[in-house]
Amino acid sequence: MKLKTFRKGGIHPAPSKLTSGMPIVEIGVSSEIRLELAESIGVPARCIVKPGQSVSAGEMIAEAAAFVSAPVHSPVAGTVKRIEKLRDPQGFWREAVVIATEHIETAVDEAEEALSPRTQDEVDALTPKEIIDIVGNAGVVGLGGATFPTRVKLSIPEGKKAEVVILNGAECEPFLTCDEVLMCGYPDRIVAGCRLIMKAVGVDRAIIGIEANKPQAIAAFRRLLKGCDDISVQPLKMKYPQGGEKQLIYALTGKEVPEGGLPVDAGAVVDNVATAYAVYDAIYNRKPLTQRVVTVTGPHLKKPGNYLVKIGTTISSIIEAAGGLPEDTGKVIAGGPMMGKAMSRLDAPTTKAISGILVLPESMSKRRSEEPCIRCAKCVSVCPMGLEPYQMMNLSIAKRFEDITKLHVMSCLECGSCSYVCPSHRPLLDYIRYAKQEIRKMPKK
Amino acid sequence: MENKLTVSLSPHLHSHNSISRSMWNVIIALIPALAVAIWTFGVDALWVIAVSVCACMLTEWLIERFMFHRPCTLMNGSAIITGLLLAFNLPSILPWWMVVVGAVVAIGIGKMSFGGLGCNIWNPALVGRVFLLISFPAAMTTWPAGVSSGLVHMSGASGADATTGATLLATLNESNGEIGMSSVDFMDMAIGHMNGSLGEVGSIAILIGLVYMLITKVITWHIPVSMIGSAALFSWAFGGNPLLDVFAGGLLLGAVFMATDYVTSPMTKAGQLIYGFMIGFITIVIRRYGSYPEGVSFAILLMNSFTPIINRYCHPTLFGRRRK
Ligand code: SF4
Ligand code: SF4
Repeated sequence: MKLKTFRKGGIHPAPSKLTSGMPIVEIGVSSEIRLELAESIGVPARCIVKPGQSVSAGEMIAEAAAFVSAPVHSPVAGTVKRIEKLRDPQGFWREAVVIATEHIETAVDEAEEALSPRTQDEVDALTPKEIIDIVGNAGVVGLGGATFPTRVKLSIPEGKKAEVVILNGAECEPFLTCDEVLMCGYPDRIVAGCRLIMKAVGVDRAIIGIEANKPQAIAAFRRLLKGCDDISVQPLKMKYPQGGEKQLIYALTGKEVPEGGLPVDAGAVVDNVATAYAVYDAIYNRKPLTQRVVTVTGPHLKKPGNYLVKIGTTISSIIEAAGGLPEDTGKVIAGGPMMGKAMSRLDAPTTKAISGILVLPESMSKRRSEEPCIRCAKCVSVCPMGLEPYQMMNLSIAKRFEDITKLHVMSCLECGSCSYVCPSHRPLLDYIRYAKQEIRKMPKK
Repeated sequence: MENKLTVSLSPHLHSHNSISRSMWNVIIALIPALAVAIWTFGVDALWVIAVSVCACMLTEWLIERFMFHRPCTLMNGSAIITGLLLAFNLPSILPWWMVVVGAVVAIGIGKMSFGGLGCNIWNPALVGRVFLLISFPAAMTTWPAGVSSGLVHMSGASGADATTGATLLATLNESNGEIGMSSVDFMDMAIGHMNGSLGEVGSIAILIGLVYMLITKVITWHIPVSMIGSAALFSWAFGGNPLLDVFAGGLLLGAVFMATDYVTSPMTKAGQLIYGFMIGFITIVIRRYGSYPEGVSFAILLMNSFTPIINRYCHPTLFGRRRK
């Protein structure tokens, strides 16, 4: 059978899934948890606690400050120590709440006890509106890396109609396996979360898209969904960026999201499998999003693995749990190697956005020096959006931003395929990002 | 530790593609044709190739070093390719100093005067070749004696000179149809045992090179296929013999190694198809109605000139523009 995939472009980086099939290991709670208020894209949450105040596990410490904004909850019981500005992994100053953990040894159990799960009947009685509100108040955001508030995604704009829910289990980024292990370990919870999402957006059909290199995950869902005709599993060809929202929708439904449009314009609501899991937790267990699976990996790391991490844990302590930084470390990346961000500070706390911590040795950290463009057209043929990266780069160097808009630069999803493939090692995406940034600054016509 | 971390923007991986990797793959792809040239034309061929490659490399080095003051770029292999391709387009008995002139023009004018690799408009090797063809028309069409012209029975009346030899296309062109297709030795044509420019004779060798470049993803099929296809189509439409037009002259060499030059060919698949199609068409028109028995070089150079225009009008289909 021919596997489904997107139509144009794409690359095949080595999968390097070192942690594939490894169990999820919980990391001990640290004595201090630091929670950034900007945990989603949009407006940072508004802090609602004061220094000295004691908080319980799962208590909201900051509320959504706008429509596109997500609340933040404390993963532990403890005392608010300070509200301060700290540096995030990229070195930017961010507002954060620092909480001192009480009873470190028992913190996890306490958090569990605080919950009284909803029964199936109670869940069935929830209206779509109630589901969306609970998910919103639980601080659930897109866990694929974009951290778009899930409440916003589930609120279908007036006049549009969703036809299908798509769960993104492609995990096309090399090295990352956090979605894979979640799918293998808890397919039932992901399916339950999927059904809640379907109810919230009012559709009766869902597709779970998984790249074919995760046969166990595919088998797990197949077993579970035998005889169900509302949700189907679709293996996908291994090709990057298969997990790009628009590429995934095309692969699974054959529809293209129009330029500048949202997935719902193609009738689809796309959520990551980890997000579906978080939705399940929020509804069934009344549990806000305070932890996530993080793939900690790297070619020379001693104990690479899939770790369950409390949001707000310091990144360096997570790396410690994975055996510490190897001697020859050259680069540490938050996320995967294709779209992740290099970190400058490891003393920063993790956020909901961090799906992986990738430790690359010195030898894989440096870029090769740039050479002149030889017009080989490889960047054009790999671009999944049908853009002309070399041309956008040239215009960006020449600062001709007006002309770049005509090349639809805003459609670029920053997948990095063009830079990946360029034989001259030209940093195409750097120039394209620069152009996008300048264009955003231009006055709207 | 922390202040030693490298911070750069994504992507953090690279495909290990490089200019030199692509270029060396092209050089490997040229080896079968090179072997056939030496087998057919002997030491003469080796001599022309060596002079051409060395002259190209030296010219590039001198210009980079003393005019541009840039680091040496010889190792990326592009000057070697230009040298090889230029030699492949010359007769094996061309005087050595003409080869040098061709090489200097190819690199100096064809490539460096535009700013070096990636900036030129025309294929450098062809610029060198056409310069020689116009300056020394006689020498450029003098072929070694004693090499089969690709005909089974060489008849003295056909106009082929016993001491200078002739290429198959030229012989047929001059005979005005007197020599029928039945006298063409297709076996010699396929393996390259016939007269012509160094690199164009070994059809099978060139096709092996094509397959190698397709497998290593150095090039895509679009240009060679559209160019050969359109040449065959128009050859047939104008009453010629498609087999002969495709395999007897420089068309294959041009389609596989010259028209596919990265720098001077269009960027989009659609553009590449148009480009290849037009080269095939123009080649046949020149062969039928022009005064040259060959036409590939001119056709490619002409379409090189149109490449910027093709790039301007042929864009890839934007994702989201093609709704079902
Ligand atoms: S980063 Fe942008 S321009 Fe480059 S390949 Fe991806 S979508 Fe195309
Ligand atoms: S991949 Fe690099 S060398 Fe090739 S056309 Fe694009 S920018 Fe130029």
